[in-house]
Amino acid sequence: MSTSTSAFSSLKSKAKFLVSSPARIAALIGGFLLILSLVERLTGSTDISSPGTSGATLRFAIPLLMAGLGGLWAERAGVINIGLEGMMIVGTWTGAWFGYLHGPLIGFIAAAIFGLLSGLFHAILTVKVGIDQAVSGLAINLIAAGGARYLSGIYFPPVGGDRTVSPLVDSFPTFTVPGIAPLLESIDAKEIFFISNLAGILNGVTKEISLVTVVFLLFVPLTSWILWRSKFGLRMRFSGENPMAAESLGINVYRIRYIAISISGMLASLGGAYLALVASSVYREGQTAGRGFIGLATVIFGNWKPGGVFAGSLLFGFTDALRVRQNESVMSLIIVAGIVAALLALYFAIAKKWKPAGFSIAVAAVALWINQKVDVIPQEFVTVFPNFATLIVLTFLAQRLTPPAAAGVPYRRGSE
Amino acid sequence: MKNILEVSGIEKKYPGVVANRDVSLLVREGTIHAIIGENGAGKSTLMKTLYGLIRPDAGEIKVFGEAVTLKSPQDAIALGIGMVHQHFKLADNATVLENVILGSEPSRFGFVIKYDEARKKLLEIAKTYQLDIDPDEQLANLGVGERQRVEIAKVLFRGAKILILDEPTAVLVPQEVTELFANLRELVKKGLTVLFISHKLDEVLSISDDITVMRQGTTVATLTPAGTSKKALAELMVGGELPKPIAGALVVSPESILSMKDVSYSRADGREILHSLNLDLHGGEILGLAGVEGNGQSELIELVMGLLKANSGSVEVLGLDALTTLTRDIRDAGVGYIPQDRQRDGLLMAAPLWENRILGHQFATPMAKGIWIDKHAAAEDSKRIVEEFDVRTPGVNVLSSALSGGNQQKFIVGRELSGDPKLIIAAQPTRGVDVGAQAIIWDHLMQARSRGAGILLISADLEELFSLSDRIAVIYSGSIVSVLDPAKTTPEDLGLAMTGATK
Repeated sequence: MSTSTSAFSSLKSKAKFLVSSPARIAALIGGFLLILSLVERLTGSTDISSPGTSGATLRFAIPLLMAGLGGLWAERAGVINIGLEGMMIVGTWTGAWFGYLHGPLIGFIAAAIFGLLSGLFHAILTVKVGIDQAVSGLAINLIAAGGARYLSGIYFPPVGGDRTVSPLVDSFPTFTVPGIAPLLESIDAKEIFFISNLAGILNGVTKEISLVTVVFLLFVPLTSWILWRSKFGLRMRFSGENPMAAESLGINVYRIRYIAISISGMLASLGGAYLALVASSVYREGQTAGRGFIGLATVIFGNWKPGGVFAGSLLFGFTDALRVRQNESVMSLIIVAGIVAALLALYFAIAKKWKPAGFSIAVAAVALWINQKVDVIPQEFVTVFPNFATLIVLTFLAQRLTPPAAAGVPYRRGSE
Repeated sequence: MKNILEVSGIEKKYPGVVANRDVSLLVREGTIHAIIGENGAGKSTLMKTLYGLIRPDAGEIKVFGEAVTLKSPQDAIALGIGMVHQHFKLADNATVLENVILGSEPSRFGFVIKYDEARKKLLEIAKTYQLDIDPDEQLANLGVGERQRVEIAKVLFRGAKILILDEPTAVLVPQEVTELFANLRELVKKGLTVLFISHKLDEVLSISDDITVMRQGTTVATLTPAGTSKKALAELMVGGELPKPIAGALVVSPESILSMKDVSYSRADGREILHSLNLDLHGGEILGLAGVEGNGQSELIELVMGLLKANSGSVEVLGLDALTTLTRDIRDAGVGYIPQDRQRDGLLMAAPLWENRILGHQFATPMAKGIWIDKHAAAEDSKRIVEEFDVRTPGVNVLSSALSGGNQQKFIVGRELSGDPKLIIAAQPTRGVDVGAQAIIWDHLMQARSRGAGILLISADLEELFSLSDRIAVIYSGSIVSVLDPAKTTPEDLGLAMTGATK
């Protein structure tokens, strides 16, 4: 083999722990922004690219991201974690209670510890005892919900909360990136096509952000690095792909799964604590609102890759953000979706893939019809949009998805 | 040349079976040493012993002249013994390099993998031994031959000096076999030693320096290719004498109940399993199907049962076209099916016997009453089977997992012979059962034959084939290569046909 090919392959493997081809992703995002700018210019609504929307998107995305990364850690090691929702509840409750007693930092540390323990519980049940992974996860969801309600009733009323709501907790300080945020704000105000839209979005994620947000975002590259650069990550991936192969090479699959699932619980729990300590400043019953399950969806959406999970959580976070904002922005979003669908139809038609092309045309037609005929978009439509997007991803990319081959498959030491 | 590996007096017993007894083996350094023998001759047990997967009951193993105890594969690897498994232990969703280094990753601070160093080492190995592999290729993109090279590279990466290859050619197409052999010659040229398990005589004669023949758990001879012939090897493998057929009145009906014409079948990955296969079975006869496992027997059975569809040719079962008929309709027409893996295909282990009695007969009397299942009738009929076939069980309400293998098998045979089937597919009907159970099963199969049923008997047990069959068809590489008369067949004929020497 010549030196140039080996140099190239070395480069290739170095680039791999980034999401995939960064240039392609940048091009996709740029294209999307371009269409968005165009639509906003035409409709006169600027809400989608406003700093408020992008800031809210990030705030809503972080808990989903943490749950998704939690799901990723567990499934990469070979165990499906349906219990993410329950582990998030553990995080909201312990985060709020210990945050109330000792301040938000201790709240996060407590959430991490109790989350780790909830993950360890799932690991003991599924790895050691050999209980069905879905059953164990379901049990954790039920225990966490019931346990939180029980403990709330005991601990909150005496200190000024009530049976479902904790007393107020101090929130974490936020900061604004000096120099950059004001600059972006002034560009946004100038209403230059495309550039101002971009600046508006970036302004939202540099202004008044929580330190916790930044730290949690670091879990994305950290997870990638561990999975594709470290010894533990390689062994963890093989535990999820072919545990028998790993075992035949002297690797302790059980131990790896214990560690990975515990970390899974810790991440989901931290996501829950974020809901109580950053996104709000109180524990409220039902606060997680199914975000653990959405986190599982982001794992599939993101093809079991940290960058993909991040993209998925942004998508779901974005629609969450729109839900709490104006209705007209939804209409511009539908126009954007219609244009994207039309472009996809063109792309598929050129590639002579008629089925997806036909589907894309249908989506574009529906978007056009809604734009022409419907005055008020029901909120439910916005809520259901990310689920719909996941469904589409599953339908069209199912064959290109590469889930860990042994995820969810019971494994006993010494089996063939 | 000195002996790199010396094995003497190895013995390994399992309850009821002696897998290895008095095994001795001398392997010279820098040679390809073939171990041949039939299924169940003890080859795999011996190889697992050498790789530390099995601990022998007695005997001695010397590596580089020193007596060693192998407690685990790790011990074997440390001594320079590596094993290339027949079933690859690889992960698709990872690169070649990742598959190779797993468990022996060169790392910094014990945590960060030094991928560049690992890649360099792998490329060096690939260059030295002329193994054509690309470290950064995704494993999912590789074919079987390439995967095998990855397995070999895995072993070499760990510094193995002795490579054990467990039936490496069983999964390869001829072109890949040629490549593998070139690789193996390169390995020994560089001073490594290869232990090569096979039962294909041509291959063994063309590649090896020494050949050791195993039969019935023991080593019977060690020869060189120059000093032997296919005929001699075949006879050594099969043994001196074959059992004589059980006499019985033969009333063969003129029309065939199973007829396969020019049947070809390829797997989804394109590999051809059956190649213009022809087979004819009449009512009232037992047709034995002999052959080394993995030559297309399983696929043949599944084609007959309508579980697989052939790419070309015709399969006619009791006048039905198996290519277009549902398995249920084939069964309802009067086909009994004794599957080769009783726990996977034959029984629901977590269900009681009476429920297992219904399996496959869920729409037939007496089990079905309209859309309902008649539990009482099923239990009654289960009791009949338990009695007629001497199934040792406390009752028909116990779970089938509670029965021993032999009793499970008797129950399956009883179920499949219920309702007087016209065609019976019996795959390994007495594998792993004791002598008493074997006699009962044989007896019932012979009775079914006297009633006029046609039986296709697929078996790895030569005694069974010769005792029961009226004719023996030999399958090799997906075709029937010859049809023999058990009364006139010599061990050489059968051995040669089974190993593909006559074509």
